[in-house]
This record gives sequence, structure tokens and C-alpha cells, in this order.
Amino acid sequence: MTGTTGTTGAALGAPAERREGRQKVTGAARYAAEYTLPGRAHAWPVPAAVARGRVTAVDTAAALALPGVLAVLTPEDAPRLADPEDATLAVLQGPGVPHRGWCVALAVAETPEAARAAARAVRVTYDTAPHDAAFTEHHRDGYAPQEAGGQPGRVEHGDPRAAFAGADVRVDVTYRVPPLHNHPMEPHASTAHWDGDRLTVYTSSQGGTTVRSTLAQLFRLPEEHVTVVAEHVGGGFGSKGTPRPDVVLAAMAARHTGRPVTLAYARRHLPTVVGHRAPTVQRLRLGAGHDGRLTALLHETTSPTSRVKEFVEYAAVVSRVMYAAPNLLSAHRVVPLDVPTPSWMRAPGEAPGMYALESALDELADVLGLDPVELRARNEPAEEPGSGKPFSSRHVVDCLREGARRFGWEDRDPRPGVRREGSWLLGTGVAAATYPVQAAPSTAGAQALPDGTFVVRINAADIGTGARTVLAQVAADALGVPLDRVRTEVGRSDLPPAPLAGGSSGTASWGWAVHEACAELASRLAAHTGPLPAEGIETRADTTGKADADSPWARHAFGAHFAEVAVDTVTGEIRARRLLGVYAAGRILNARTARSQFTGAMIMGLGMALTEGSTLDPAFGDFPEADLASYHVPVHADVPDVEAHWIDEDDPHLNPMGSKGIGEIGIVGTAAAVGNAVHHATGIRFRELPLTPDRILAGLLSES
Amino acid sequence: MTSEPRPGHHSEITLRVNGKPHTLRVDHRRVLLDLLREDLDLTGSKKGCDHGQCGACTVLVDGRRLNSCLLLAVTLDGSEITTVEGLGGDGEEPHPLQRAFLDRDAFQCGYCTPGQLCSAVGMLAEAAAGHPSHVTGPETPAGPPVPLDRTEIRERMSGNLCRCGAYPRIVDAIEDVI
Ligand code: FES
Ligand code: FES
Repeated sequence: MTGTTGTTGAALGAPAERREGRQKVTGAARYAAEYTLPGRAHAWPVPAAVARGRVTAVDTAAALALPGVLAVLTPEDAPRLADPEDATLAVLQGPGVPHRGWCVALAVAETPEAARAAARAVRVTYDTAPHDAAFTEHHRDGYAPQEAGGQPGRVEHGDPRAAFAGADVRVDVTYRVPPLHNHPMEPHASTAHWDGDRLTVYTSSQGGTTVRSTLAQLFRLPEEHVTVVAEHVGGGFGSKGTPRPDVVLAAMAARHTGRPVTLAYARRHLPTVVGHRAPTVQRLRLGAGHDGRLTALLHETTSPTSRVKEFVEYAAVVSRVMYAAPNLLSAHRVVPLDVPTPSWMRAPGEAPGMYALESALDELADVLGLDPVELRARNEPAEEPGSGKPFSSRHVVDCLREGARRFGWEDRDPRPGVRREGSWLLGTGVAAATYPVQAAPSTAGAQALPDGTFVVRINAADIGTGARTVLAQVAADALGVPLDRVRTEVGRSDLPPAPLAGGSSGTASWGWAVHEACAELASRLAAHTGPLPAEGIETRADTTGKADADSPWARHAFGAHFAEVAVDTVTGEIRARRLLGVYAAGRILNARTARSQFTGAMIMGLGMALTEGSTLDPAFGDFPEADLASYHVPVHADVPDVEAHWIDEDDPHLNPMGSKGIGEIGIVGTAAAVGNAVHHATGIRFRELPLTPDRILAGLLSES
Repeated sequence: MTSEPRPGHHSEITLRVNGKPHTLRVDHRRVLLDLLREDLDLTGSKKGCDHGQCGACTVLVDGRRLNSCLLLAVTLDGSEITTVEGLGGDGEEPHPLQRAFLDRDAFQCGYCTPGQLCSAVGMLAEAAAGHPSHVTGPETPAGPPVPLDRTEIRERMSGNLCRCGAYPRIVDAIEDVI
């Protein structure tokens, strides 16, 4: 907004327009596969066709005979890598096949068409071993992991089982969330080229600094010989948070052929190789007094992982944050199977965990005959239940009350199944939201130029959050200069190293370092007399020891989601009519881009509720719903008007900007609000996502 | 004739892309999307699925919006193509819809954006030509332009996925130019 760009000290919070917006709407913004370097070749992976076994032979003759084919890399002859820390990156390093879809060969050719034809012509023979891809809650290989999302796998306070058994009112329910796929609109892609022993990659990543250190380690290079460029990233939602096999394979193919090589995964390849949200089976036991106060809260979740590495979908962690229950159990189990490796998907842990917890709480409100907003208010904890730490700020009840006011909740008739409109049943629902405040150490540079402008440099990633813009706002206010005098450079590993855009921590981590570099620059400038030297004045900041310091505070963002749905009793179709979110997320740094992140995540939550579902197929060991025709992300017609609001929060215990992360909280609890609205509409509890017409219709028919 | 496509088989075609003629020898397997991205370095058109399932590759072919990943280039000899790079014409100023996308923050990562823009331009022309959609009421007279409310826009834009969930802002932006 032009009104704010020329004013000093007013940049933070202003709805500044995205700096790369013009490039994005004119098609000028280049993404990783779009670096059309001279002589560039294309790679196409050959995915394993068995769920477990060994490659015994790769016959490349037919593939190599095709026109335009340059090479086929196999587990026998591919370049040898150092052992990666992340075992999913050990591609083409041996004959083992840990799951279907694992890369067993890589075709490289002059054109994408030729590479794809070559990949099809490669003949792979396997020694197949029996596999187990059948996830069940009580699988005999299940175990309790030490850690879940960096926290203890299990937390227990008091005597939860006894307290539950003795409670006045009890809810004992099991909720199920299926595997979910991130499916950013830009499929994972990398373009690599070597210049002697220097490697440059253009890659679609949420964190180029880690890509650089990983490639340096794998290819045994000094880090300064690796350059990673991620100027524009077409979404990630967690799946681009760590380097993926595309960047390793592209670099191997480029080294092998001596040509720049692009590997752009086909959409169908993504589900098996870029991570997914692991399915969860969550048992919730809530015990309460007649007054609605919880006496026992038991949240136990089980999810599968692969045999390549352990990943725990930490769904029970939210129960350590949300409600005051003197007797608490929050515990995880994980079952290793011969399946693709799950990983982060937007609000890992919180999104499925709050679906189950907030749905169960709605069930408790129902049993008690208590308004669900009131029930939550009655269970506000004085300190964080899991850790005993005081909250740095916690305004979840304010969010619920403000949302209720805006949504028109007070006129709600709590009785389920009584609002009809022709063949439609109508209902409304509410759920709370939470997401932890996180930050990691970062470096940043700031430079004052003689012409009165400033440059901020940091290897941040703009995955659609508007990082360039918000960091310029942070810088402008720290320098005390108008926003239009500050330029930001991000997305290159030759800029000061910075952590990833993930865990809703990007802006906090980067902004902290930018703020420090700019604050120091401001004081250097204040002390400077006369004109600036030609190269200007530069400062650099490193927040190690600050951003990662232990805090005596429990720090989380909170929110509330409200939904109105209509359920078609003839077809079982659910239409969302309204979604409204209210958030307490510290200081909002850019009103325009923040709103887009909130509503965008709510829409992903709507997909989780109604349309998105995948299946781990026990026979084949991967996902039948591998493309966008079978895995249904919400489309325009599914999405009603979505409102996001926020409460101003002044929390001095966060970072110099006073901000909490905003990228993920919008998906947390949205599915529960929708599901609770479906119950309010129909009087039926559906405890498995997604709420597709087949399930709804079956439920309606069995009730009537 | 064999049943398998013959690899390496090429033909010459001439296309006008954003007003400029191009004569190319194309691999018969090459789709318009790859021709734009690989042969002409017009990378504004995006590949989200290569399969007709996402709309990221939407361009205008002889004024109609089509998924360029589903069009074999060899079948398009003589066609007039407009991509996101050509929406604004020759001028410095972007197309009014591009301006509206900026004003409304109708994107985040930007990867679906070129397809949304081309699709919306095509969609507005379809409605102006009186084409009904699934949600057009039976009482709407055939022939004259179909009035576009938010429901009509959503229905008609549903072939263009946006994983960032910019949908409400995209509808706002389209309404701005109606
Ligand atoms: S790339 Fe053409 S529809 Fe998806
Ligand atoms: S803006 Fe990212 S997919 Fe639409």
C-alpha cells in the first residue's frame, strides 16, 4: 500500500504488496525446472515396482538404443555418495528396495519425452521379498518411540486411568485420519550443473542452506563449492522442508553426463518420494465432572512409519498444551512397515491431533449439555499442562469469544439434526487451534549504500509467504527508514545462511537476524559522520544463542475456527457455507500476506475435512490415490467465503518483532470445526476423515 | 502404422505465440506446454501435473482456454497462442486482471497463477459469449452474456487448482474486472 511505504517506522503490520508479485503475475518468476541452461538434459526416474526386495538386474539396452538417450544410471554404476544422515537420500547406492516407488534407475536424455520413454524401456528384475504394508492400530511391531516431534514420546501426570474410570462423565472415542499428501502445485524439481568440482543447483526447497550442506556432505565437497538457488518455490507445505531425492539424482546425473540436468518429478511420483502425512488412529478418553471440568485426559495415537527411517506423527502433543486436566496421558506408538517414508505436512502433529481432541471435546460438550465455547473456557489451564511453564501469552478464549461474536454463535440452537432446508440439513461447529512458537538461529547481513538505500541479505526461502516483503518491513522499522528504501535478497546460498521455512518459524528466525543486523547498522550510521564510502557500510548478525535459548515460557499461538455446513440428505454431499478463523498470534507483521496464509491454511483444513484422503494399499505398498484426479484437493467450487481475523497480542517473550508463526495454525482445528458442524447438522458422529458422501450417506441411512 | 508412437518422429509446424510467428520442427510426442517451456523458453506456463488435472498450464489457443499439457503441438499448426507472458500485450502495463491479482493478493507461491489468469480471461470470454455453466439457472436466457456472480466464477474456475488456497482472493480479483 503506497500510503505506508514512504513513512518511517510504520512498515511492520502494514499490508505491503508482495515484492515479487509483478514477476509472478507476468510469468517472469522462474522456478527450479525453468533454468534452461545451454545443453540441458532431462532425467526421469524409474520407480521400484515391488514393495520389498532387491534389484537383481537392470537391463538398459533397449533404453539406451532410443534416440536422444544419454545415460541410464543404475544402483550398480551410479556415483557413490557418502552415507547421508537422511536415509531417504541414499538413492541408487545399492540393490535394496525398501518400498514401492523407491528409485531403482534414472534415465537421462536430451528431452523430457526421450527421458520418459527411456525410463519406460528400462527392464528391472527383482528378487522379491514378502512385505507388510498393512497398518493396524494393534500391529505387533508397534512400539513407543522415545521422541515425538522433538518432545518425549510419552507424558503422564497423575493417575489418568483411575481418574477416567472414576469420572462423572466419560467420553471414549477413536478418531481416524488417513494418509494425506502435501501436493504443492509445483512438483519437486531440481536443475543441477557442475563446473569442475563446483556444483550449482536450482531447487524447489524450503531451506537452501540445508540443501547445500547435505549436497556437500554427500558429494564430499567443501560447502563453498556448492551453490543452491531457490528464488521462487511453488509451495511446499513441509514436503520441501528437507532435501529430496530429486536434487541428489539431478546432481548425480549432471556429474555422470557432464551436462546440466533437470529432474522434475511427475505428479504421480510425489506421494512415494517426498513424504506424506502418516495416517493416525487416535483414542481419546475424556473424564469430567458434571460442571464440565476435565479430571482426566488420555490421548493415545498410533501411526505407521517406513523401515527407511522413523517419523512419528506427533498427534498427541497438543493435549499437553490445551486443557487443564490434572490427570494427563499423551502417548505415541509407531509401526514400521514396508511403505514410503512419512514426513512433515503442514502442522504435522497439531493438525491431526487437534482434529481428534477438538472433536472429542465437542462430544463431551454434547454429553454435558454445555456450550462447546463455554466448555473450553472452563478448562483453561493456569500454566502449560505438559511442562508446568507459564504461558508467555494465551488468548484462546478471547479468540473463541470474538469468533462467536463475529459468527453469530449466540443464536445457535444446540440441538443436532433439526435445521432443514429442502433436502439439506444445516449445522455449525467450533474448534480451537494451537501452534507452537518456534525459532532457529540465523545469520543476516545489512548494508547501507551511499544513495540512501539499504540491502538486506539472507538465504531465506519465499515459498509463497512473502518473505522478501516482510523482511523488508522488519528492516525498515529497525533502521527507521521508509519501506521503499529497503531491498531484500533471498533464496541463494551465497547469502548469509539461514534456517528453513518450516514449523511456522521462518519469519521469526530470519526477522530476528535481520532486525539485529539492521539495529546495529542503524547505530553505526548514527555514529558515522560525512558521506558513506562507495561500498557503503555493512553489518552482519548471528542469533545463535538467542533464537535457540531455552525459554522459561510456554509459547504458542492460539486460535478458534467456526464452520457452517449443509449436508445433502439425498447424496450425502457436504457443502461448507462459511469458515471463520480468529487468531492470537503475537504481532501480525503484514496484514495482507498474513491474511492469505491464514485463509489458505483454513482451506487446506477444509480439504482435510471433506475431500482429501489417501490409502496405504496393503497389497502394493503404496498409494492408489497418486494423482490429482484421485486425491482431491479443494477447488474453487468447494471453497466458500473464508474470513480470518486476529486479536492484537503484545507478547514481550518472543522475538524482537513480537511475532508468532502464522503459516500452519489455520489448518489446526479446521477439520474438527467442520466435523462438529456436520454432527450439529445430522446428529451423527463421523469419526473418520474425509467426510465423503459415501460415508455420510451410509451414516444417514443407518440412522433412519 | 505401428501402435507405438515412433520415437524421434518430427514434423514442422508454424504457430503464432503472443503475436510472434514461430516455425519449429517438433517431436510428435511434444505437447504445447513443453514446446512453450523448452523450445521457446516461455516458462510462465506451469506444469503442475502434465495430466489435465490442475490447470497450471492453461493458455489461450485461438482465444479459448485449454490445458496446454494435453495438446500435442503437432496438431496445432497455424494456431494463435496467448500465454501469461502475452496477456498484457506489447505495453508495459499488465493486463487489468494481472493488476487485480496484485491488488487482491490473489496468490501466494504463484505457481498456479499464470494458469488462473489465462483461465479467467478465457472464462470471461465464454460467459460474454453466453455459454452457460453447471450452476447457470434454467431461467437464464440462452444467447446474451451470462451474468457472473461468485458462484458462477467459482464453478467456471474449478479446473484451476491452487494449493495455497488463494481461491477467495482470486474470485475477488476476477470480480474487480467484470
Ligand atoms: S499441467 Fe496441465 S492440467 Fe496440470
Ligand atoms: S498460489 Fe500457490 S498454488 Fe496457487
